[in-house]
Amino acid sequence: MDMNAYLSMFIDESNDHLQSLNENLLRLESEPEELSIVQTIFRSAHTLKGMSATMGYEDLAALTHEMENVLDLVRNSKLKMDSFIFDTLFKGLDALETMVQDIVGGGTGKADVTAIVTSLQLILKSDYSAGKAAQPPLEAAVTTVDGSTSASGGMLLDEFQSSILLQSIEAGLHVYHVHVTIRNNCLLKAVRAYMVFEVLERNGEVIKSVPSVQDIEQEKFDFTFSVFTISGLTQEELQGQLLNISEIEAIVVTALDSETLAVLSNAPAAAAAEAVEATVESSAVKPKAEIAREAAPRKGQAAPAPANVSRTIRVDIERLDMLMNLFSELLIDRVRLEQLSSEIKRSDLTETVEHMTRVSSDLQSIVLKLRMVPVDSVFNRFPRMIRDLAKSLDKKIELVITGADTELDRTVIDEIGDPLVHLLRNSVDHGIETVEERIAAGKPETGTIYLRAYHSGNHVFIEVEEDGRGIHHERVLKTAIKNGVVTEEQAKQLSPDEINMLIFAAGFSTADKISDISGRGVGLDVVKSKITSLGGNVTIDSAFGRGTKFSVQLPLTLSIISAMLIKLGSEKYAIPLSSIVETGILRKEQIINVHGNRMIEFRNGIIPLISLSKVLDSPDFNENDEDETEIVVVRKGEKWAAVMVDEFIGQSEIVLKSLGKYLTNIETISGATILGDGYVALIVDPNSLIK
Amino acid sequence: MGEELKVIVFALGNEEYGIEVDKVRTIERLSPITRVPKTASFIKGVINLRGVVVPVLDLRGRFNLSETTATENSRIIVVSVADIEVGFIVDSANDVIDIDSDTIDLPPEIVGGIKAKYLRGIAKLGEGRLLIMLNLSEVLNKNEIIQLEQLEV
Repeated sequence: MDMNAYLSMFIDESNDHLQSLNENLLRLESEPEELSIVQTIFRSAHTLKGMSATMGYEDLAALTHEMENVLDLVRNSKLKMDSFIFDTLFKGLDALETMVQDIVGGGTGKADVTAIVTSLQLILKSDYSAGKAAQPPLEAAVTTVDGSTSASGGMLLDEFQSSILLQSIEAGLHVYHVHVTIRNNCLLKAVRAYMVFEVLERNGEVIKSVPSVQDIEQEKFDFTFSVFTISGLTQEELQGQLLNISEIEAIVVTALDSETLAVLSNAPAAAAAEAVEATVESSAVKPKAEIAREAAPRKGQAAPAPANVSRTIRVDIERLDMLMNLFSELLIDRVRLEQLSSEIKRSDLTETVEHMTRVSSDLQSIVLKLRMVPVDSVFNRFPRMIRDLAKSLDKKIELVITGADTELDRTVIDEIGDPLVHLLRNSVDHGIETVEERIAAGKPETGTIYLRAYHSGNHVFIEVEEDGRGIHHERVLKTAIKNGVVTEEQAKQLSPDEINMLIFAAGFSTADKISDISGRGVGLDVVKSKITSLGGNVTIDSAFGRGTKFSVQLPLTLSIISAMLIKLGSEKYAIPLSSIVETGILRKEQIINVHGNRMIEFRNGIIPLISLSKVLDSPDFNENDEDETEIVVVRKGEKWAAVMVDEFIGQSEIVLKSLGKYLTNIETISGATILGDGYVALIVDPNSLIK
Repeated sequence: MGEELKVIVFALGNEEYGIEVDKVRTIERLSPITRVPKTASFIKGVINLRGVVVPVLDLRGRFNLSETTATENSRIIVVSVADIEVGFIVDSANDVIDIDSDTIDLPPEIVGGIKAKYLRGIAKLGEGRLLIMLNLSEVLNKNEIIQLEQLEV
């Protein structure tokens, strides 16, 4: 049982549980009377405690344990939740998250949690109000905690293990002490021991073994070892199953109850441990026990009826990327096969290729779907963030999330988190007014932020809308002029929309005072450039006094895009369709010379004409030799330009490939793709053509 | 005896060069190369290496030797050094040999017009054969390419 093998599973599951703790605590905060939420929270905390104790992360287990104690009192209506308890629990959660992150980063998951543990214990003793007022009792409590941890070192079962066992007994599960003796002529002791563990783990959970699991694995034991285990089986069943393993001399299964456990765990004297027992004994946990009882027989049966839940597996992201790469190679071969079969013109070959085409387009949609992740994985941390921000700014804010199940490519999801955090922080800090201001303005005192996600065409839209103060145009202009973003003359000609967009300009900040939440003037321009780099777009819609809406438009995926393939002499290039406005044909006499620059008239405006062959140093194409040239009108924001090309090949879905690490920062080329004939075509970056 | 080194032997003109086998990913016949604009002249472009886009350099051009036209024997040696994957066009690649690291001497100041820093050393193979061992991380040094580009402009 190499712990490393379970580490990634532990991390994944811990994150899930932490997330559910976070969500449910938030829900509980809005409806504190709802005891069923407490049950859910309690269950998550309990599982987390069990997992971390098994993995040997003691600080993690200690903290969850204390949180669980508090939750237990709440669950049994012995304690009423109030804002101090919520804050302490949230602080505890943050500490847990930090520890799990530390483990993810290869650390030991150790952290100093005494302060939070102390507050939790004060809550347990329901004298936290006194503890808040005076410092000395707090310090005293810290010393008792220290005392208890050092005392628990010498016990046969430590505090967590015994409390897990105790709770299992109360939940109606059986707890056994199993003493195993292996025949002394056995050659592979570790293998037999492993088989014992396997039987135990199939039927329940191993809490502790003497000697330790690692030692047993390395055969560092004489022919006996003993194990504490929780199981759904009866004593006879367990004994029978274990004796079925060959080369086992004897199995002694002893059922344990709470008294024997108390003896084994040495009757801890420290205050903390007393609290544990007190809470554990006082908990008459009916609903949980019922659930556990239902679960127990099911575990024993070989094949329970499939539960009506969506079954999932976790897959390494690298494997998905590999699948995607392999698939794109297949796609290239498919196009090649199509070409060949149309040349050969044999009906059975054509039919086979057509069938393959249909199968592979189904495959394509599935492969792409596999990489899709609901935006919820980004959104789920926002309610907590907004709550904390609102609290620290003394504002009342409700976050309404819709469309959290909207799916986006993983590559986009990974990048979109930070920009959204910026936008939301901005809404909380600058958008929503303080309670007094809102009442004075005749608005409800709780401000609302809507976070919406939805699909539209080949794009996903994410909107952040609040009913706050809106953008004050004069103030924006004043700041923009002051900070040198625009000149006074330019300012006079700006449309309302253009003024709104000014807040995305670099070095712009309208907040009169700088707060630590937003307002250093670095946030929004970063948001804009990040989203643009993802091939997306941001727009603002604002009504002064009524609120602001930020609308982020994102491509569904970054790995496959629609593009227009064009020819320049012998070379082929791709231009992303997302930045193409129109294609057309241009006669030589339509070109206007303005101040040495070539321009054309387009949709009642004059736009610059760019020679792609010059920009790309084309070796064998020059549009000056032609009377008529094909043009592609591209846009970058509000600016348009016409690009002269040799010939259109057509529109196609292309797979984006990078040029590798050796060729970086090549002007006007954003990447490459592999065409049906196996040739590499470069992707032109239209943004770099428009200055 | 020093360490045994397995080395891929390839030719540029009349000279023989060597690259350690563990740095070489594959050796390919010449395939169509897509030109990449606005790059140094010795960067010939990119090829499709089984679904991966790999840049290709002309080693002759890289070492300021005169470039020759491709022949039937020309090969692309794809090397991978420190996460960078690059193909080299060479006149021919025809042998894998074992050499003793003790037989590698430090490079003399000037060898055939190639700057000494591109070389790891020179191995004597006997019968007057000399094998020039390349220092790949210097050959792929991008800072120098940036300087080269500035010179060209």
